[in-house]
Amino acid sequence: MGLKKFGSGLISVLALAASISIAEAKSDIIVAMQLEPPHLDPTSAAAGAIDSVLYSNVFEGLTRFGPDGSVNPGLAESWEISEDGKTYTFKLHEGVKFHDGTDMTAEDVKFSLDRARADDSANAQKALFAGIESVEVVDPQTVTVTLNEANSNFLFNMAWGDAVIVAPETIADIKTNPVGTGAFKFSDWVQGDRIDLEKNPDYWGTPANLDTVTFKFISDPTAAFASVMAEDVNAFVGFPAPENLPQFEADPRFQVLVGSTEGETILAMNNKLPPFDNAKVRQAVAHAIDRQAIIDGAMFGYGTPIGTHFAPHNPDYVDLTELSAHDPELSKKLLAEAGFPDGFETTLKLPPPSYARRGGEIIASQLRAIGIETEISNLEWAQWLEQVFRGKDYGLTIVSHTEPMDIGIYARPDYYFQYDNPEFQKLFEAITSENDPEKRSELLKQAEEMIAKDYVNGYLFQLAFPTVADARIKGLWKNQPTQATDLTAVSWEE
Amino acid sequence: MKVLLHNRSMLPGAILTLLFTGAAIISLVWVPYDITILNIADRMKSPSLLHPFGTDQFGRDILSMIMVGARTSIAVALVAVGIGMLAGVPLGLTAAARKGSLPDEVIMRSNDLVFAFPSLLIAVMITAVFGASALNAIIAIGIFNIPVFARLTRGASLTLWSREYVMAARVAGKGRARISVEHILPNVMNLLIVQGTIQFSLGILAEAGLSYVGLGAQPPTASWGRMLADSQTMISLAPHLALFPGLAILLTVLGLNLLGDGLRDLLDPKLRRSRA
Repeated sequence: MGLKKFGSGLISVLALAASISIAEAKSDIIVAMQLEPPHLDPTSAAAGAIDSVLYSNVFEGLTRFGPDGSVNPGLAESWEISEDGKTYTFKLHEGVKFHDGTDMTAEDVKFSLDRARADDSANAQKALFAGIESVEVVDPQTVTVTLNEANSNFLFNMAWGDAVIVAPETIADIKTNPVGTGAFKFSDWVQGDRIDLEKNPDYWGTPANLDTVTFKFISDPTAAFASVMAEDVNAFVGFPAPENLPQFEADPRFQVLVGSTEGETILAMNNKLPPFDNAKVRQAVAHAIDRQAIIDGAMFGYGTPIGTHFAPHNPDYVDLTELSAHDPELSKKLLAEAGFPDGFETTLKLPPPSYARRGGEIIASQLRAIGIETEISNLEWAQWLEQVFRGKDYGLTIVSHTEPMDIGIYARPDYYFQYDNPEFQKLFEAITSENDPEKRSELLKQAEEMIAKDYVNGYLFQLAFPTVADARIKGLWKNQPTQATDLTAVSWEE
Repeated sequence: MKVLLHNRSMLPGAILTLLFTGAAIISLVWVPYDITILNIADRMKSPSLLHPFGTDQFGRDILSMIMVGARTSIAVALVAVGIGMLAGVPLGLTAAARKGSLPDEVIMRSNDLVFAFPSLLIAVMITAVFGASALNAIIAIGIFNIPVFARLTRGASLTLWSREYVMAARVAGKGRARISVEHILPNVMNLLIVQGTIQFSLGILAEAGLSYVGLGAQPPTASWGRMLADSQTMISLAPHLALFPGLAILLTVLGLNLLGDGLRDLLDPKLRRSRA
């Protein structure tokens, strides 16, 4: 064999190798997140981690959230709304199949909605379905939903992870073997470690670019940092240690997306527990808080200050931060007026995330400056849910409310911060039944102002949502309009 | 004094121990900066003249934190060793005085039971049940100190019970309890002091371990273990945050161990004789 011939042979081998590597662009991805879902049924638990894995990937609803928070058609390709706003007629996509091969029809929609709104339903967001009077199957592709009264939020409500369409045949095993209609189907769950999804070859819509998806659960921030640095995972959504982000930003291997969330981070006050039943005391606490110090100290600058329980990226948001501007002198005066010239002692119970643990230490020091001594206790999530959320045994706590448009929790007097104001409850009723967008926006602004002026809670900041990913990954959601890790449009750059 | 200087482990041990107890005592009346006041604008400053050990993620002076942390560590370890001694030594004396009797069996088998569990695991269990606080950490560490002292006391006492002077005391009609207190205890004291120093250093390690996992003293009380835990994600940004509390734990434990070794050499009559 002549040298020349050998050379040309080598070149063709190289060319072949190159063409193989192009053809085999990566088609798998390992996405890490902090919390593991307790089970895999998004329609029967409040745990956001379930939606973080399954929403849009495995399960779909009549409508779906886009990356920008807009409500887009999902399984329903179109709908008609009656004049009075009470009847919605959904036209379903043709040829939609569940992962077990059965057809998705109007019957399944009726089953899912009836199941969610039933009296014995375990759905965590039953309020979403409260206004539904009846669900009628017109034909296999058409379903009619009748409401008690017009609800401008209905299409938005149907986009939630709690309103996804499930099949009656597979509902029994849904917690361990979820069967949906999405672009990925569930393949394996190794508890404590990972969940595997694989591409659904029979998907009705645009098929996914990835063949396999692995969700890994890494709760420890130090381990999270190490796993991304070592490229053990391709992306980390909701990266838990904001202090490490600048390091990733400086590293060309990675891209850092810092998005907004629906997470209003608040210093919740127990409104029925003295002395927090006194609005003056709550106002004093609100004025003692230096938001920027908390954002810098706890979140290393990531986060937007808020003055009420509403997401700043929402067009109806009103900036009310001035109502509770940092003013320790005013706080001391208010405390004296309320009958606590020397301050008082209370508890500050903190769940595990760093915004709470670090924010808690900062707030404790800010409250000490006006004479309020706090006894900090660091709790695990289960303890927090038990003592604070259900038991209402606390004075102060810090938590981020990540559900979208959740100002309605202030209309629930039995909610853990126990704000009981009939005026607000009436206002919120008016909001839900208002169909005119302009009037609705006006009412929402009123509601934002009412809770801010009542100083129900200390409003701290909107939680930022950092994602660290391999620089070659495209199509990841930057923002979190709902808890989701939608991978249907994600691909590797070639 | 001459012995003290000639003893190679005694001197550095004593110096390190004095250094940290000194820092803890001084922190009762004075610290360079008030650690309950956070100053976010000054956070994560490298060591400088103003802040010799730098500032932490909340802008607190790390030197002050170490001083107050020394107080937490020493207080927890001291009380825990105290609990262990106060409960363990009488138990050991009783068991030795009535060797082979039912009380002896009960005491020693209960000790085995406590010993069977890894000590830190017991501590985690106790703090998980009763909540995380410095007090519960003290109790937890104290409990696993009890069998250490009980066993040591019993073992050392048993050999003493066969000595002639104890026999003589018995013949003279002294009760077992009185003999234990008047003749046995003074003669096992040396051993107890040495063991106490070692347990003290283990107590400091245990406290650091518990607060590292969040089960020790709660904020705003400074604690070396929690300082380490809080700084671990920032280790690549500001290594001094983890360096100083880590060094503090290392040097204190090293100092106490050296001191314990030195004390043993000094107090153990056998070793003293061989040296002479």
